[in-house]
Amino acid sequence: ALARLVAKRTRDAGEPATSYENVKHYNNFYEFGFGKEDPSRNAGRLRTHPWTVKVDGLVAKPGVVDIDRLTRLFPLEERVYRHRCVEAWSMVIPWTGFPLAALLKMVEPLSNARYVAFETLHDPSQMPGQRTRSLQWPYVEGLRMDEAMHPLTFMALGLYGRVLPNQNGAPLRLVVPWKYGFKSIKSIVRIRLVDRQPPTSWNLTAPDEYGFFANVNPAVDHPRWTQSRERRIGDWLPRRTLPFNGYADDVAGLYRGMNLVRNF
Amino acid sequence: MGTMTRGRSLALRWGVQVAMALPLAILVGRWLMMAGGVSPLDAGLTAEPVAETINRLGLWALRALWLALAITPLRRLTGWAWLAPWRRPLGLWAFAYGCIHLLVYFVLDQGAAFDLLWADVVKHRFILLGMATWLMLLPLALTSTRASIRRLGGRRWQALHRLVYPAGGAAAIHFILRVKGFQIEPWIYAGLLLTLLGMRMVPRRRIKV
Repeated sequence: ALARLVAKRTRDAGEPATSYENVKHYNNFYEFGFGKEDPSRNAGRLRTHPWTVKVDGLVAKPGVVDIDRLTRLFPLEERVYRHRCVEAWSMVIPWTGFPLAALLKMVEPLSNARYVAFETLHDPSQMPGQRTRSLQWPYVEGLRMDEAMHPLTFMALGLYGRVLPNQNGAPLRLVVPWKYGFKSIKSIVRIRLVDRQPPTSWNLTAPDEYGFFANVNPAVDHPRWTQSRERRIGDWLPRRTLPFNGYADDVAGLYRGMNLVRNF
Repeated sequence: MGTMTRGRSLALRWGVQVAMALPLAILVGRWLMMAGGVSPLDAGLTAEPVAETINRLGLWALRALWLALAITPLRRLTGWAWLAPWRRPLGLWAFAYGCIHLLVYFVLDQGAAFDLLWADVVKHRFILLGMATWLMLLPLALTSTRASIRRLGGRRWQALHRLVYPAGGAAAIHFILRVKGFQIEPWIYAGLLLTLLGMRMVPRRRIKV
């Protein structure tokens, strides 16, 4: 069994969480295969110790943080968030971790830092999917500075009170609950503050299908998936998808005045 | 034809039926397990059994259709006449899997609502192509009997059944558009289809029947 993480619950979703088994066995993590159950089968070869995360770019105090130190650096919280995949399925997951803002404040962003760029480990010997050309490797993602500093934006070290299973993005992943799941980059090795919008993996692959913002939006369809509804894992019938995945009260202000159809 | 060969051909014909029914029987078995309280994950249908079921049914429809399309080129290549009677059952299996694929999608994914189905068809090209495939296979299934060949006349029947080629093409593109990013599997199917159709272009005179 995976090591336990002690944390205080600071946010509830107000609905039952998806079972631990389902959260562990239904993953999109193309570094370990295309099938939903491939990551749970293949992620065993990922070595999450030792692990370091480089935080650099436009910051006053760049550095390399060891994952064990990172686990003790900030008070851990448990947050139950809805998780909405662009493929129109969803889960409710109790994450353990800390707000990204805490880490960013620690390294002291410079005034010209406008975006945060994230990068996943690139090592085909541990991540066999990186031998295929399904995406450009390593996987990269990004957030605007105000999105990154938002109190909901979370760095997860665990789920269900235990350290992250490898297939869920161990040892450290991003969780942005109002955006489609692909924004929540897994197995992060580098966080870089930059002045320009960084490239993001799915946007590079299909710019007309996956935007930089990727906010959950029932009014804007994907070429393949109708986004007005979703199937909650464990349910039999679809349910309605909420704007910003139900977090509109928290985050809609970030996008005031923006055309969310064009900036999908 | 001696009784031995008749017996063998009968066994071969039933072999096809059993082989094509097996994936469906396994799926039904898994759904019965779920009906009995086994979790979808433990029943082998992933955490999202509806999507998994739709995908598997679609894949078997595709495989059956490809096998049906392989009969003629294989026969020409090998001269094995006993392959000929497999074409119709394989084509009908493709249609059967296609029907269940469509039905599960319509009932469990679209909530059996025609307005939602229509909206999906209009908005998503891959859904449109899937529907087109099914619509092209429908008249072929309906005219699959010997009586239909007689009624339509061989030439007209054959012309109608050439619809199987665009149906195969639409199914291949449906699959390609369905997957995210670049995945090799749908392209392998598309390549196989092109090969099977290309083999039909080889001049007939080089084949002894």
